[in-house]
Amino acid sequence: MPESTPAELIRSLESTAREIRQEVIRMTYAAQSGHPGGSLSVTDLVTALVFHELKIDPARIDWPDRDRLVLSKGHASPALYAALALRGFLPREELASFRQLGSRLQGHVDRTKLPCIEASTGCLGQGIGMAVGMALDARLRGAPYRTYAILGDGECQAGPTWEALMAGGHYRLSNLVAILDRNGLETDGSTESIMGIEPIAEKFRAFRYHTVEIDGHDFSQILGALAEARRTTEGPTAIIARTVKGKGVSFMEGKYQYHGKPPNKAEAEQALAELARGSEARP
Amino acid sequence: MTAVIGKAQSLRDAYGHALLELGEKDPLLVAMDADLSGSTRTILFGQKFPDRFFDVGVMEPTMMSIAAGLALQGRTVYASTFAVFAAGQAYNFVRQSICYNRANVKIVATHGGLLVGADGGTHQIVEDIGLMRGLPGMTVIVPADAPTTRAATFAVAERDGPAYVRLTRENLPTVTDGSFQIGKAAELRSGSDLTIVAVGALVARALEVAEELAKVGVSTRVLDFASVKPFDEPALLRAARETGALLVLEEHSVLTGVGALVASTTSENYPVPVRRVGVPDVFGESGEPWALLDRFGMSKERIRNEAWELLRLRGKVQ
Repeated sequence: MPESTPAELIRSLESTAREIRQEVIRMTYAAQSGHPGGSLSVTDLVTALVFHELKIDPARIDWPDRDRLVLSKGHASPALYAALALRGFLPREELASFRQLGSRLQGHVDRTKLPCIEASTGCLGQGIGMAVGMALDARLRGAPYRTYAILGDGECQAGPTWEALMAGGHYRLSNLVAILDRNGLETDGSTESIMGIEPIAEKFRAFRYHTVEIDGHDFSQILGALAEARRTTEGPTAIIARTVKGKGVSFMEGKYQYHGKPPNKAEAEQALAELARGSEARP
Repeated sequence: MTAVIGKAQSLRDAYGHALLELGEKDPLLVAMDADLSGSTRTILFGQKFPDRFFDVGVMEPTMMSIAAGLALQGRTVYASTFAVFAAGQAYNFVRQSICYNRANVKIVATHGGLLVGADGGTHQIVEDIGLMRGLPGMTVIVPADAPTTRAATFAVAERDGPAYVRLTRENLPTVTDGSFQIGKAAELRSGSDLTIVAVGALVARALEVAEELAKVGVSTRVLDFASVKPFDEPALLRAARETGALLVLEEHSVLTGVGALVASTTSENYPVPVRRVGVPDVFGESGEPWALLDRFGMSKERIRNEAWELLRLRGKVQ
């Protein structure tokens, strides 16, 4: 990454995120399946990680000291695939193969098919545990790499999520960052009407996480929280990122119905037009 | 060739000591447990290598995902707990975090089957072999004695990928010389009239019944089928061809275990009469461990009766 001033960096990340969102729409439209809502909510977090925070190198995907990113909410795969493609880990054209027979881009991320994926996830409550294992490995080796896990808020209803978080806190894994995409919605509706997870920040604090609450669409806050996590040495950090499901596409924003429903042709065209206008508005 | 039935030894002790030796050989090896390290014997490793031992408490599913995360960084990880927790409580974590990820995690589960005894049906898992053998890429081993347990503990370390080793709580008579190999059945007794295919605690019973049958002129082959997956198909089909009848003994549900494997394999390749002795489609209950085997249909008398029934079916006796 070239050196840039914070303002330039943030403009660059915003521009990249808009491109990623467009790819999310193209991929889920082409596949006529997938999870656009949660992919759009997590896009800015993924962008900040893949394009700024993570020490990763497309030319050395097995670099032992690379930072590890685990997408515990594996259904947000379109956002991660698009980010990795734009970052040079896979050809951008390959995104068109999402969810197709024979593709490396499985519905939920799969490390055995796409080697730049650190952990295959999909069934919830497991990626965070694998991330704890990775952070323990780094500690045992004295390796410098850091591990980042992105969780969904519906996933916070799963008991094993808290088992794994408990372990991260117990082992005081300061090299572990748990990032919650708190978009408030799950498949059947709002988390708080289905099985409330609030007060979520207090829960993370009770599990011994240095807990930061941010607007998950504000890059200066995202970068600030990630930097704060790096400075936190006494234990793991939790970043609770308040986000909007379907962010960037007017008719998807705040709509749980787009958790697992792809856009139809007219919707895809409108979404791409809106996202493109966003690009023009901020050159 | 006739195997000698030796004195009973602890499979769990054999595992604990083998794991300790592996830890000495491989400085990256990590062991995990879920609050049962005294029972599973991983405590032996834990006392010697406290930095590489993680007793995570009562979180078996997450023990599996943490184990996978460690293993994906190039480590061999042994994870132990009781079989009901490893295969039952943690099933989908074994499936996705370990098997789907092809993580090099060796699950050594103790307290499989009815021989758990007094703890009762909640803890006596008789479905684990079926669950684990159904997972793509999973190696499944059911040792019959301490020497095989020791050999299997080492053998799964040599083989990259996930493994499930099912141990029995009770001490079991020594019936093998420990020359276990993954993918090979051990012919513990040669014979031509009938073959008994057995795993785990019932291998010794198979040898006892074979000895009794020998006294009345019936020649019984006994195969220790410890390597359930991959399994020794040539040895199985050879037994079908050469002896014409197969009796399968397992301390496991007959619906999904080794009996089902033997019946489906022979029916597709070389159909011969097969009889399955194991746990019927019911849960266990509290009781003296060996009395439970009799109570749930694995008595020596039942085994003998099934053997005679097979011999009758083959026209070898009236």
